[in-house]
Amino acid sequence: MRPTLYKNARLLDPAARLDSKGALLVRDGRVAEVGPAVFVDAIQADVEVIDCGGRCLAPGLVDMRVQTREPGEEHMETMVSLQAAAVAGGVTTLATLPNTNPIIDDVSLLEFVERLAQEVGMVNVHPYAAATKGLKGEQMTEMGMLAESGAVGFTDGVKAIADAVVMRRLLSYASMVGRPVIQHPEEPSLAREGCANEGETATRLGLAGIPACAEVMMIERDLSLVRLTRGRYHAAHVSTAVAIEAIRRAKAEGLEVTCDTAPHYFALNELAIVDYRTFARVSPPLRSEADRRAVAAGLADGTIDAIASDHAPQDQDSKRVPFAQAEPGVVGLETLLPISLGLVHDGTMALLDVIERLTTGPARILGLEAGRLAVGAWADLVLFEPDRAVRIDASRFRSKSKNSPFDGKPAQGRVWRTVYRGRTVFDLDSEPADPRSRREPEHA
Amino acid sequence: MTSAIAPGTAPDRSDGSRYPYRHLLGIEGLSRSDIDFLLDRADGFVEQNRQADKKSTTLRGRTLINLFFENSTRTRTSFELAGKRLGGDVINMSVSTSSIKKGETLIDTAMTLNAMHPDALVVRHSESGAVHLLAEKVNCSVINAGDGSHEHPTQALLDALAIRRRKGPLEGLEVAICGDVSHSRVARSNIHLLSIMGARVRVVAPPTLLPSGIERFGVEVHHDMERGLAGCDIVMMLRLQTERMKGSFVPSIREYFRYYGLDHEKLRAAKPDALIMHPGPMNRGVEIDSVVADDIDRSLIREQVEMGVAVRMAVLEALVSRQTEPWAKNQ
Repeated sequence: MRPTLYKNARLLDPAARLDSKGALLVRDGRVAEVGPAVFVDAIQADVEVIDCGGRCLAPGLVDMRVQTREPGEEHMETMVSLQAAAVAGGVTTLATLPNTNPIIDDVSLLEFVERLAQEVGMVNVHPYAAATKGLKGEQMTEMGMLAESGAVGFTDGVKAIADAVVMRRLLSYASMVGRPVIQHPEEPSLAREGCANEGETATRLGLAGIPACAEVMMIERDLSLVRLTRGRYHAAHVSTAVAIEAIRRAKAEGLEVTCDTAPHYFALNELAIVDYRTFARVSPPLRSEADRRAVAAGLADGTIDAIASDHAPQDQDSKRVPFAQAEPGVVGLETLLPISLGLVHDGTMALLDVIERLTTGPARILGLEAGRLAVGAWADLVLFEPDRAVRIDASRFRSKSKNSPFDGKPAQGRVWRTVYRGRTVFDLDSEPADPRSRREPEHA
Repeated sequence: MTSAIAPGTAPDRSDGSRYPYRHLLGIEGLSRSDIDFLLDRADGFVEQNRQADKKSTTLRGRTLINLFFENSTRTRTSFELAGKRLGGDVINMSVSTSSIKKGETLIDTAMTLNAMHPDALVVRHSESGAVHLLAEKVNCSVINAGDGSHEHPTQALLDALAIRRRKGPLEGLEVAICGDVSHSRVARSNIHLLSIMGARVRVVAPPTLLPSGIERFGVEVHHDMERGLAGCDIVMMLRLQTERMKGSFVPSIREYFRYYGLDHEKLRAAKPDALIMHPGPMNRGVEIDSVVADDIDRSLIREQVEMGVAVRMAVLEALVSRQTEPWAKNQ
């Protein structure tokens, strides 16, 4: 492969706190040089030069919470469509949940997922393994061997690990293995019949509610167990002000605790479900406006370490039903960047900080090398235009499922090119033209 | 909040006073004049229904389908009679929810029926929002005959008509709604309607049977029944489902009746001429004492049933007989 020079870029490297004009040279799939003045003889015939036209060049995004539907539910998503969706969204590293059919609770199944992912080979895929066998919340899986085979963490996916004794032992054992336990933090008995955030909106719609405290109750319990075990704990998709405050205090106390949230928790509130819009049914449910603001504030002050898409493909049959019967979840890979950039455009966060939550933040939690522009690192890159106005169009998603609450919504930010190990895996210029938006000439 | 009527349809009042929407999915979102219009029309039908010849030809040639995914005798019969008295053809379809694979067939059923060109679908379903979903998929008018814990608009309209005929305008009346507000679509529709019409509403229930945020509906909340009934004009009782009485929401039937069952003693707190209502079917000895339920001077319960037919005739007429006019576009 010829070396590639990305010149005239706005380099964003959160790991080095770098936000400046410059260039980046890729050789043999790795970053060879990076900086404000990369000296390359441009006339040299063996270098491909890409003029970034002042667009942002950042590490490829790291999405630490993705549901793949292969194996088992390939009509909703396959490994091929999942990776295609990822690169269209600027994502080059994924961590996948074990809630497939069969459930990934065994070394051979984990290795199957890794092999499947490598065969497609457009992004890095790091599977989580089930924390308990069959996601039943009872018996722990072979965590040592699973970690050796590449499991980046242990989780029961979209189910809470409800039993306190089980959670205690998981945290203890995982601390030896050096991997985090990822919790779906929700007290199941309070959430059992609920499908919406408890409060006025759910009451008006006649829907059973889940109180906001269901989240913090589970997190507080788990934090007590973290104190006891000194295990590494990660709370997924936090959505409430009280839960974020609990994690803020735990971090101040010095516990090894991290958390993420998903774009819908800072971009939408519970009013998105009005008219029984099942595409806005997620788990945990969309919360109040005060909670939404607290999520944004938690991201801004670093209490929330990462933004993950919580990508959950669902087919039409799972969503075109009465609200309470609809499966929860949204497809998020292709909207992760533009919706997250909303935090920059509304003044909540600096661009470099948002990129940090999308790259080095999650990479640190999972102990991955990804998410930096350092010399010698794999050239996993995203080239994007942060201000470009777009209208989100689910019909153009590469994901096989279209369940997005953002469909039709305006946003700002567009991925122009995604590079995986030096190879261009997504290029907007070679995409069929979007009939709904007129493209300006490049280098405008 | 949710558009109670037809998504995306702007009211057309070019002729002054008619019901301007394609569907009746809920009370929330209706205006005082929409409700007055339907109640005024219903008043006329009450007289028609009391004559020997009860039939008119307003809906001649029109087809109504009663599509019930949840058991109901009174509401279905009431709609059936209403349709037939207006000269329409009425078909009843009961779909047992237990035998179908969840909501999947809801859309299938809707599409199948839609292909038969009905003029109105009257739908009851155990899930909140199911009727709303169905209305998006069919070309005809849809009337919500009760969806989950969401709304039951014709019940609120018939209650309003029954009250209005006895007490005059609803404005300023004190109405106490008592019982399982949490799971009640009747309560929600009534709270919306009474508030729109300017009545003052209190809800009376143990905290376990009150939904979160109910105080945001502009109602007064009471847990003590006698205080809740003090000085009110109307006592509206709600049905308590048997499965909710056995320890999950209230400790026992005995305890519930003691604190929230309506008997003459508790009723003394209300105005001397206060009227009693119940959407039926009643659980005598659970939420209401037999003596009170059958008190001919105080109980409006039988009149409610009579008003039901009249109100449903008014709704069917408003929705179906005007379908050739411009608002009835298929969207």
